Amino acid sequence: MDRKFTEDHEWLSVDGDVATVGITQHAQSQLGDLVFVELPQVGRSVSKSEAVAVVESVKAASDVYSPLTGEVVAVNDAVVADPALVNTDPENGAWLFKVRMASPSELDSMMDEAGYQQLIA
Amino acid sequence: MSALPSATVEAPLQRTPLYDLHREHGAKMVPFAGYEMPVQYAAGVLKEHLHTRTAAGLFDVSHMGQILLRPRAGSVEDVATALEQLVPADIVSLGVGRQRYTMLTNPQGGILDDVMVANSGDHLMLVVNAATKAQDEDHIRSHLSGACAIEPQPDRALLALQGPRAEAVLSAHDPGITSMRFMDIRAVRIAGADCVVSRSGYTGEDGFEISVPADAAVSLARALLSHEAVALIGLGARDSLRLEAGLCLYGSDLDGATTPVEAALEWSIQKSRRAGGSRAGGFPGADVVLAELASGPRRRRVGLRPEGRAPVRGGTQLFANAEGDTPIGTVTSGGFGPTLGAPMAMGYVDRAAAESGTRMFAAVRGARLPVVVAPLPFVPHTYKRG
Repeated sequence: MDRKFTEDHEWLSVDGDVATVGITQHAQSQLGDLVFVELPQVGRSVSKSEAVAVVESVKAASDVYSPLTGEVVAVNDAVVADPALVNTDPENGAWLFKVRMASPSELDSMMDEAGYQQLIA
Repeated sequence: MSALPSATVEAPLQRTPLYDLHREHGAKMVPFAGYEMPVQYAAGVLKEHLHTRTAAGLFDVSHMGQILLRPRAGSVEDVATALEQLVPADIVSLGVGRQRYTMLTNPQGGILDDVMVANSGDHLMLVVNAATKAQDEDHIRSHLSGACAIEPQPDRALLALQGPRAEAVLSAHDPGITSMRFMDIRAVRIAGADCVVSRSGYTGEDGFEISVPADAAVSLARALLSHEAVALIGLGARDSLRLEAGLCLYGSDLDGATTPVEAALEWSIQKSRRAGGSRAGGFPGADVVLAELASGPRRRRVGLRPEGRAPVRGGTQLFANAEGDTPIGTVTSGGFGPTLGAPMAMGYVDRAAAESGTRMFAAVRGARLPVVVAPLPFVPHTYKRG
């Protein structure tokens, strides 16, 4: 299934009932150099649009929202150890967390890549 | 994502003479103190910061205010005596070709602005913060216009060249530069322009601040950028550099409710202006400041090192323990130090908690994060002193 995008500049990649979530190239370039990432605990229940993670640049902290309701089943320890990965590889290697979806229909209203590119144009 | 920068419509912003140069170099421009200023270039804040500490960073600080004070009759000593009505430093004994850091105070002993004052022989030169330059000029005029002509210099730009390679770069234009010591100031011709150069800055590194006529600013900047060691540096890195150096930012670490003693800046108040000195007091709020020098202030600016990796930002409350509701202080500046490789902050704490090594807790996102009071600067200064 093709990637989905949110208005909050997150991308999702779905495999079965698990969605991998990160922030977009556009988001990382707007934020600048990242120095700290805080991720949710594995096992935590999250709701769509809830602030569940934080990415911090030199200048400011920024919330990352869960695009879906469900349970956090994995987080990317590599980005906690090296926040700069989010700047260099935001849409692959620097994924942030994975959610087992409780309501897959939440995907239906999300943008595809073309829609997101229009948003940030 | 929250807090992504968005374009907002504001009052028209001013531009420095280097605006086009910044755009040419890929600057991301942001509003700052009524000006459109470069917050970073393509390299980004971290690389720009590290470049300044290893090579030479070039900063456009033309938004700051440059004000000449010229004697109406008499000599520059008369201007210095008059200025001592407004600042706690000894200006009368500031020698020709020397510069000093001080502040304009209010009747409560609080700080209206922090300023550099230089003695150029026949006048004093002040450099003041951009955000307060209009109020500073009004304040100075209302007190000193009898004694001196007050001449803002809006047709002069200001550049800063900072870092271990700064001397080599500038001395290629004038070999005499190498004889300058920290806080010296002199007229120097660079790249065909009549500049006024001080050996000073806001980064903790050896470096120079260069006042240049506005119409020569771009050619001067290009001449300096032609050296491979020199790169343009934005305001983002300027802030992380000054915080690593333990230097205050007016409006964050200093304000009208903060005294120089609370701010740990009493080193800038020379003996002659203290109790028992030949010209003790005589500046606004002197009674408050001299009393604090005698018995200590209620709170004190300190460095803070978070124990974890999360930055602790300005505005954060500090507590004595992980539970409990009575704050013992507030963070006034905080971020991440690229040279330090760790988060860092400055703030004010109750005097009893101000000793280095004191552990306290910062309230961040609903949690209490441990931080430790640490000596400043976080990164040693490399000034070229006598």
